[in-house]
Amino acid sequence: MIAPGTAQGVRVGAARSAAQAGLRINVGQRVKQLLYDVVGLAVAAVMLFPIYWMIATAFKPGRDILSLTPKWIPNPITLENFQYAVQRPYFVDDVRNSLVIVGSMLVIGLAVAFLAAVGTARFGFKGRTGYLVMIIGVQMVPLNALIIPVYLMLDSVGQTDALPGVVAVYLAVVLPFMIWTLRGFVANIPPELEEAAMIDGCTRVGAAVRITFPLVGPGLVATAIFGFIQAWNEYIVAYVLLSSPNNQTLTVWLASFTTNHGPEWGPLMAAATLTGLPVVALFLVLQRYLAGGLTAGAVKG
Amino acid sequence: MGVAVTTPDLESAPRRPGPLRVALLPYALISPSLLVIAGILAFPLGMLVWLSLQHYGLRELIQHSGDWVGLGNYQAILADPLFRQVVVRSLLFTFACVGLTIALSTLIALLLLKVRQAVRVIVMSALVFVWATPVIVTVDIWQWMFDYEFGVINYLLTQLHLGNFIHHNWFDSPIQGWSVFVVVVVWGAIPFVTITLFAGLLQVPADVVDSAKVDGAGPLQTFRFVTAPMLKPIFLIVTCLSTIWDFGVFTQIYVMLNQRPSSDYFTIAIYSYRESFGVTQYGLGAAIAVVLVVILIFVTLFYVRETVRVAEIG
Repeated sequence: MIAPGTAQGVRVGAARSAAQAGLRINVGQRVKQLLYDVVGLAVAAVMLFPIYWMIATAFKPGRDILSLTPKWIPNPITLENFQYAVQRPYFVDDVRNSLVIVGSMLVIGLAVAFLAAVGTARFGFKGRTGYLVMIIGVQMVPLNALIIPVYLMLDSVGQTDALPGVVAVYLAVVLPFMIWTLRGFVANIPPELEEAAMIDGCTRVGAAVRITFPLVGPGLVATAIFGFIQAWNEYIVAYVLLSSPNNQTLTVWLASFTTNHGPEWGPLMAAATLTGLPVVALFLVLQRYLAGGLTAGAVKG
Repeated sequence: MGVAVTTPDLESAPRRPGPLRVALLPYALISPSLLVIAGILAFPLGMLVWLSLQHYGLRELIQHSGDWVGLGNYQAILADPLFRQVVVRSLLFTFACVGLTIALSTLIALLLLKVRQAVRVIVMSALVFVWATPVIVTVDIWQWMFDYEFGVINYLLTQLHLGNFIHHNWFDSPIQGWSVFVVVVVWGAIPFVTITLFAGLLQVPADVVDSAKVDGAGPLQTFRFVTAPMLKPIFLIVTCLSTIWDFGVFTQIYVMLNQRPSSDYFTIAIYSYRESFGVTQYGLGAAIAVVLVVILIFVTLFYVRETVRVAEIG
């Protein structure tokens, strides 16, 4: 037995209270950590709920959608909304239009952007800084403001209800970002590689095509996916420029679900799910590139 | 890689480019992009200004030429009480959206530093999902959630005893309607801003934060005096971009109100669209658009200056 007054007793008592204090801090930290985690999960739930609600609604039969007490989990599950959506007029036409517009924009855009990226990353020339400032600046021009002159321009050459006009507009919108991103990728490739190729007999252009181009592959992929997402999601330009239903894009097609009696919610949610699906899939691929690209050089001096 | 470098036989006799050709090469490389940007961005921008000085209605549209009215369109919109209302409303809406977006995103970004790894992955995935979803799709979802009859939000609010929201139409009162749009826009803007801010937070050196704590700074002080100043460039960029996006908002409101918004719900972009494509007054619509661009140019100049400084071009 240890007497409380002895030296040994004091030491044991001190050790015990220290242990208790440590335990208290530990418990406090754990409660705090738990609190943070719970709030974090709540944030995720609030952010995701609308997306979940779209998908849940898309799989519900009509009577479960139009019910005053919402069903939180779709049961029974049905595909009739999706069937109805894809069988609506112009679905196939508008998917094709979206793909044609995005595809042609990407082919032209990547080629033009790659040239400009090499030009600005590899050469110092008079007006380079001005050019780069312009590239950043024009990204800020609100598209909504340009829609009137663009419409009148295309109208005067009879291209208002045609895909090339939309391709051109999307090209101009996406190009500055493409150039800016690709420029970063090109600048990261050591020029010595090209110089070696030139010593071995390549021309300057040959070196760019044979050495630089394959090495910026990841940059081209990331840029292409970004362009795809931008063009696929765009609404206003397509809505204003393309008037006949068989010439429209998927985002404009989505609006056709709104009848005079209001939207048909089930098919609309199914169609929205279908429209969003390719973008979300691509975005998950792009994310890796984007996380690095966004922050690179962001916090600097 | 090594194989690609050693291809001497492909160009057996390379022509030595002359000095003039070398000097012109970079200009040749950027010229296609200049052509596109000049033709499809710069030219229309100039045309917009020119249009805003014309009377350009249906008759002029058919003839492809307008009637010069000088500053007449500007005088007309400045005298128009609805236009002034629309500008004030757009400004208030932008302040509310940008303020809420930055505040909430900062809180979530700071929270992401505190949560355990698994929770962080879950929150990040949720943010990425929302970010990736096309705006037009999210607008359709919110329209469904705020539906007056079967909308899940009316149901939830009623169940939570926050009032009787059965058959409550949110767009009957402009204040409530605009609040809905703030929710829709802020929800859509949070992912980009949060992920950007969080990425910035990760680059703040831990030892600087630790030494602030050792010196006795509380969490609020640490953020105010250490973290926030280091994130200033990122805060600047996301604030400017959010301002530009929210001030020019169109799709969210236009589509959510079934493409027939009443004048209570006009933003500058919707008003400009209505004047030009709704009532075929392209001159007036262009003048309104010019006002939008001019206001945004001030924000943009600020952003470009900061970006140039951060990226250290040239």
